[in-house]
Amino acid sequence: MSQYIGEPITRVDGHEKVTGQAKYAAEFNVPDLTYGVVVSSTITKGRITLLDTSKALAVNGVIEVFTHENRPRTAWFDISYKDQDSPPGSPFRPLYDNKIKYNGQPVALVVAETFELARFAAMLVHVEYEAEPCDTDLMKHLDTVRNPEPGLMNLMKPLPPKPRGDADKAFAEAPVQQSAQYIHGMQHHNPMEMFASTVEYGKNGFLTIYDKTQGVTNSLLYVTQAFNIPFNQVRVVSPYVGGAFGSGLRPQYQLFLAVMAARELKRSVRVSLTRQQMWSFGHRPATVQNVCLGTQADGTITAIIHEAKAATSQFEDYTEEVVNWTGKLYPTPNGALRYKLKSLDIYTPLDMRAPGGVTGLSAVECAVDELAYKLGMDPLEFRLKNYTERDWTEKDRPFSSKELRACFRQGAERFGWSGRNPEPRSMRKDHNLIGWGMATGIWDAAQVPARAEATLTVNGKLRVRSATADIGTGTYTIMTQIAADTLGMPIDDVVFRLGDTTMPAAPIEGGSWTASTVGSAVKSACDTLAKTLFRMAKRIPKSPFVGVGFDDVLFINGEIRLKRNPSARVSLLEVVNLNGGRAITETGTSIPNLVAHMKYSRNAHAAAFVEVQVDEDFGTVKVTRAISAVAAGRIINPRTARSQIIGGMVWGISHALQEESVMDHRYGRFMNHDLAEYHIPVCADIHEMDVVFVEENDTVVNPLGVKGVGEIGLVAMPAAIANAIFHATGKRIYELPIQLDKVM
Amino acid sequence: MHPFSYSRPTNVENAVQELAGPARAKFIAGGTNLLDLMKVNVEQPNQLIDINRLPLNTIDELDNGGLRLGALVTNADTAYHPLVEQRYPLLSQAILSAASAQLRNMATNGGNLFQRTRCYYFYDTAMPCNKRQSGHSDQSAGVGPAGCGALGGYNRIHAILGTEASDGTVHCIATHPSDMAVALTALDATIHITGPSGDRTLSIGNLHRLPGSEPQFDHTLRPDELVTAIELPPQGFSDHHIYLKLRDRSSYAFALVSVAVGLEMDGDVITDARLALGGVAHKPWRKPEAEQLLIGKTATKDHFQPVAEALLDGAVGYGHNTFKIDLAKRAILRALGLASQKSERAKEQKGE
Ligand SMILES: Cc1cc2nc3c(=O)[nH]c(=O)nc-3n(C[C@H](O)[C@H](O)[C@H](O)COP(=O)(O)OP(=O)(O)OC[C@H]3O[C@@H](n4cnc5c(N)ncnc54)[C@H](O)[C@@H]3O)c2cc1C
Ligand code: SF4
Repeated sequence: MSQYIGEPITRVDGHEKVTGQAKYAAEFNVPDLTYGVVVSSTITKGRITLLDTSKALAVNGVIEVFTHENRPRTAWFDISYKDQDSPPGSPFRPLYDNKIKYNGQPVALVVAETFELARFAAMLVHVEYEAEPCDTDLMKHLDTVRNPEPGLMNLMKPLPPKPRGDADKAFAEAPVQQSAQYIHGMQHHNPMEMFASTVEYGKNGFLTIYDKTQGVTNSLLYVTQAFNIPFNQVRVVSPYVGGAFGSGLRPQYQLFLAVMAARELKRSVRVSLTRQQMWSFGHRPATVQNVCLGTQADGTITAIIHEAKAATSQFEDYTEEVVNWTGKLYPTPNGALRYKLKSLDIYTPLDMRAPGGVTGLSAVECAVDELAYKLGMDPLEFRLKNYTERDWTEKDRPFSSKELRACFRQGAERFGWSGRNPEPRSMRKDHNLIGWGMATGIWDAAQVPARAEATLTVNGKLRVRSATADIGTGTYTIMTQIAADTLGMPIDDVVFRLGDTTMPAAPIEGGSWTASTVGSAVKSACDTLAKTLFRMAKRIPKSPFVGVGFDDVLFINGEIRLKRNPSARVSLLEVVNLNGGRAITETGTSIPNLVAHMKYSRNAHAAAFVEVQVDEDFGTVKVTRAISAVAAGRIINPRTARSQIIGGMVWGISHALQEESVMDHRYGRFMNHDLAEYHIPVCADIHEMDVVFVEENDTVVNPLGVKGVGEIGLVAMPAAIANAIFHATGKRIYELPIQLDKVM
Repeated sequence: MHPFSYSRPTNVENAVQELAGPARAKFIAGGTNLLDLMKVNVEQPNQLIDINRLPLNTIDELDNGGLRLGALVTNADTAYHPLVEQRYPLLSQAILSAASAQLRNMATNGGNLFQRTRCYYFYDTAMPCNKRQSGHSDQSAGVGPAGCGALGGYNRIHAILGTEASDGTVHCIATHPSDMAVALTALDATIHITGPSGDRTLSIGNLHRLPGSEPQFDHTLRPDELVTAIELPPQGFSDHHIYLKLRDRSSYAFALVSVAVGLEMDGDVITDARLALGGVAHKPWRKPEAEQLLIGKTATKDHFQPVAEALLDGAVGYGHNTFKIDLAKRAILRALGLASQKSERAKEQKGE
């Protein structure tokens, strides 16, 4: 029965959010709370030679100033500081010693009775450094990049495949060649909600931690290991997250510091970071890419070389999947995909919405456009000519489903692509040149194991729980829909809860896998509960189900009914009553079907079409129209899914035109570290936006047939915009963001 | 943030007296700039004198046909005031191009004039900045290392004009960020000031200053003075004007370059002209000689080009901001072209 799945149900958490009842990590007011403020390093590399806290400690109301000199002992080994999203290497340890590894590194935590006192005292902490020259500029080190250290993370984010054929030779011999370098800088996630942890110090030292995180289980693991605390002494809670975009995939240093202070002071502590401190941890890394494409005269690709060089920290090898997408999208007998790293004096990068994907596609989808122009082909026609049903980066396996062709067709139709005059500078309105561009998008359809629990309450309602997160994406809503449909309950009788380590474990929320992963677990828990309820219903005196099999009944409207005779029914409330008025609970685990998965590449696809207006004198770019056609399996909720796609498209505009964390490499410090100068689009930047969900049936990815929509709306947009700018102006711009001075 | 005491005087005399007192005191109006700077420790006043209860919150017509804008009228109320919209639409446009609706509801006319530069280095006390050094006044708190981080650093939003001191050295390349002040400069507004030694007036052109070798001073107000009002002269250029602002996104961003233009026209011929540039210097940039080039000329591009060249004469780029020289010239050409066409409002009023 699917009464709710596929319907545009409004957000079940909407009311709590807009009325301010939804609480975020820094809003849990526990009694007797103290406040911690972090002092950040002002140098990038070197060591602390003097840390004088006396003036801060002299302030009435200041309780303690923690530094590397007086911090309590924590775990000894690197492994204890690893979290579920740690790349290979040695994780950063806050206040570990006097060494400075990156600019903005926390060097002290001031704890006081009020936030204001802590903030004032933080000013008074006097730090002296012996600075060494720092190296933060990837552009200066393109010749000294190296292979990344492989690690567990590469299961989800594979390193490049083995080359096929002889790409260098084939490229050299190709009659039509396209080769260019693409540059993009660093970006920071900057969710609205600042990073914060409120640690409640309870009886016998039990810690209840309200943390901003994309995975409470991850925070729990990290805290218990780093501080060597038994699991049953800590609970992590995070019911609402005010955006994260990947920044909450790893526990951030405010969590470590708040827990450390709470345990040491035996008091509840809250540590919130400032907006400026958002620039003091993970980010999307600077990446330089070279793309070489060779084709025959008819446009058939014969050679692909896509090489990416990215920055990482000195202590961890963060990698992302930048180049593999090119191989998944385009067939070639000769392909070489390479991904290299350079360690610099920066913090370890961190997955940021569509990590790697938006980076790689921003390059290759521009290269494809430029190549199509060289061939005199329509860019869409070129893509159709080089369409593939197999993935050579994964042993030439087929795709579990791939409706990209339909994305092209439906998107192009809605946009009016066929009326495009390919000639650059062929459309204008007053001072504005108008251009149309398009690009392809691809993203993973991943699933990982998760657990959930479903309870039929004493009131005959359904309560489902899983320790996942909702970072604003709509997890609460779609899980409620899945649960309601599986047990045939009215949606108002179903409550889904998440974000608490007392619930069945779920993985960190990332990679667009939550719908498939947690959704499957919710379905499994509800299925199991249904079977149990049916078994119990059979035991009711005069049960209409004697001798009836599970497949002969329907769960509908809070009742179990015989399919062939709907008047033969038992209400779920009766089942509870039979159970002595006690609630009935079952758990479910979902595990990806690896055997089936190994046979297929599993991806979501999209095509973006955009129109831009470029002021011919000033180079200002306006995206006046954008359409994304998306094939992402089954869409559980077209309303929340559409929001995800629109959000991704806006992000694409940001990525293409505005967003960049600018570092002054003389100092190794980010300079535009606030939202006045770190630009992301405002309402006035956003015009017509449209989303088309292309029907796609996938029986392989997971029992629900869903692929996830968190990143697929973003990946194609920047290249589509850059291509449209070319069409408008005749100018190719190879460095993002495309600000006006690059265009004028 | 540094602790401070707080007072809320209800008359101008007390406010000025308190400012002149021994504490390192600051007026606070809307607080939209001062509080931000206090949070990042760039400003560290010991005392905040909240002037929101002073009776400076009205807009009044003057006998000479001008308008007097109280220092405490909000930016939003000023921009949407019927007399401002009607007679000084250039000012309304400039104000509404700035910040966000929420900020404009808080920001005051007085505070807008004295908002400080958005130079990234100025805002970050870990970075060198000459402007943050206190010198011999209390305009700055004197925190952080000396030097100019923006010179040789990231200077996309910085100045291209008037950066050199008289000896040719450069100490600061910050810009004044206000849009309103650029329009006021084109309108040739007069600033009303009061202090312990009485009242005085200053032309807007003399309120802000170039950095020279003392970039810690943004303006020429004495440390114990209060701005009470902004006076607009009768001439409002309501028929021919434009505020053109170029920036890195469509709204809610400071100007990379802005141009305020007011023209008087007799048919196709320009009879009077005012031009001021924003985003290019430590103060709104105006050159009466350049404006003179337009008098008696028809509104055509070849007559505009020399004006653009004259206004940008001597401009110097510092790397990231070099594009502004060209951008400013193009903006001037466009702005003059737009202003020479009759404004929509003027057409409406004349029933055209
Ligand atoms: C994110 C952001 C974006 C913005 N974008 C723009 C923009 O695009 N364009 C633009 O022009 N502005 C912009 N602004 C700045 C905004 O216009 C100013 O912050 C505002 O005008 C300041 O007014 P206020 O009343 O809040 O001043 P306050 O912050 O209260 O005061 C500012 C200064 O003026 C002094 N002061 C205030 N009143 C008087 C007086 N009567 N006499 C003497 N001294 C006085 C104070 O002591 C203080 O030093 C932006 C601000 C922010 C935060
Ligand atoms: S430009 Fe001026 S404000 Fe900016 S760092 Fe240099 S001295 Fe300071």
